[in-house]
Amino acid sequence: MSGAGGKAALDRRAFVAKLMRSIPDALVVTGLGSSAYDVFAAGDRDRNFYLWGAMGGATPLGLGLALARPRDSVVVITGDGEQLMGLGSLATVGVQRPANLTIVVLDNGHYGETGMQPSHTRLGTDLVAVAKGCGIGDAFPVERLEDADAVARRVNARGGTAFALVSISAEEPPRALPLRDGVHLKNRFRAQLGLAPF
Amino acid sequence: MTGVDGGAIASDAADWPEALFQVLKRGGVRQVAYVPDAGHAHLIRRAQADPEMRDVVLTTEEEGVALAAGAWLGGERAVLLMQSSGVGNCVNMFSLLQSCRFPFLALVTMRGEYAEFNPWQGPMGRHAQGAMELMGIAVHRVSDPADVAEVAGAALDAAFLAGEPVAVLLSQRLVGRKKWQRK
Repeated sequence: MSGAGGKAALDRRAFVAKLMRSIPDALVVTGLGSSAYDVFAAGDRDRNFYLWGAMGGATPLGLGLALARPRDSVVVITGDGEQLMGLGSLATVGVQRPANLTIVVLDNGHYGETGMQPSHTRLGTDLVAVAKGCGIGDAFPVERLEDADAVARRVNARGGTAFALVSISAEEPPRALPLRDGVHLKNRFRAQLGLAPF
Repeated sequence: MTGVDGGAIASDAADWPEALFQVLKRGGVRQVAYVPDAGHAHLIRRAQADPEMRDVVLTTEEEGVALAAGAWLGGERAVLLMQSSGVGNCVNMFSLLQSCRFPFLALVTMRGEYAEFNPWQGPMGRHAQGAMELMGIAVHRVSDPADVAEVAGAALDAAFLAGEPVAVLLSQRLVGRKKWQRK
């Protein structure tokens, strides 16, 4: 099955697992739904913060985190629908451009959680062009599994804000559900940074 | 009056915008997120000029709720500046505050309640406080310039010492009449 643009579409779990293996130190924020399941399926870690709601919030949340932790790599891993709801946040990121922030949008061109209705990326929106137009110059499409290494290099280098639009298959792998207790997720995330659980 | 560190905070009531800035500065706020409003103009200028603060202009106020949560995850204090109309833009994002019990501090300039020229400001202005309270945010309203620093300081402590979601509403009478004709 093809992704947003009918291009060669990657297996989402394989891509995310490969990326996560290469960025062991990164602080990771996920959007709600399938992208959270993908990151969790790659192995739970205290430095993952999974959203279960707050749709449209993954990128601005990652921005606040990146500004607060300039010496850590921050990665937002979210879906096309979640990013579309927070489209304006790409303009906000484009103004700040923290060197340590990478946004990875897993694009299957559909709203997977709600019955696979086509999303705007399948119907015409080009998120790479949007990101570039917002001032995120290092915005690029990803269509091969091995390109996970190129994304990981950017994450680990902290050399500029990057935006990767990953063309994934619309097939839905079995759900892998992370913890849903937001207070616990927040406290364990802060604890591994040496911050009080609060 | 004195600030949290015992130093004097601007006590000239007429200069409440500067007093507000001093509260944030002394309170260790590092990220100042905003959708511009004339009532916040001084605070925004001061934040832009301060090397210890990062001013973050937003396209919509709900980004600021998520940004503040991310800042706190990373150990920084943030504040969200907005106008009452922006409260409505935030409602679902406010669920993040309750679900994860994030500290939250917002300063909201009011419209639609006093000497308002534009009737379109009325509906959201009348319900900004109610909408925040419905979403679990404690709301303190200030109308007297002499109270601004005290109430903002109390809200800042409640947010970052007790972990509460708190908003300070700066009433339209305090902010002053908007000039409708440019000369």
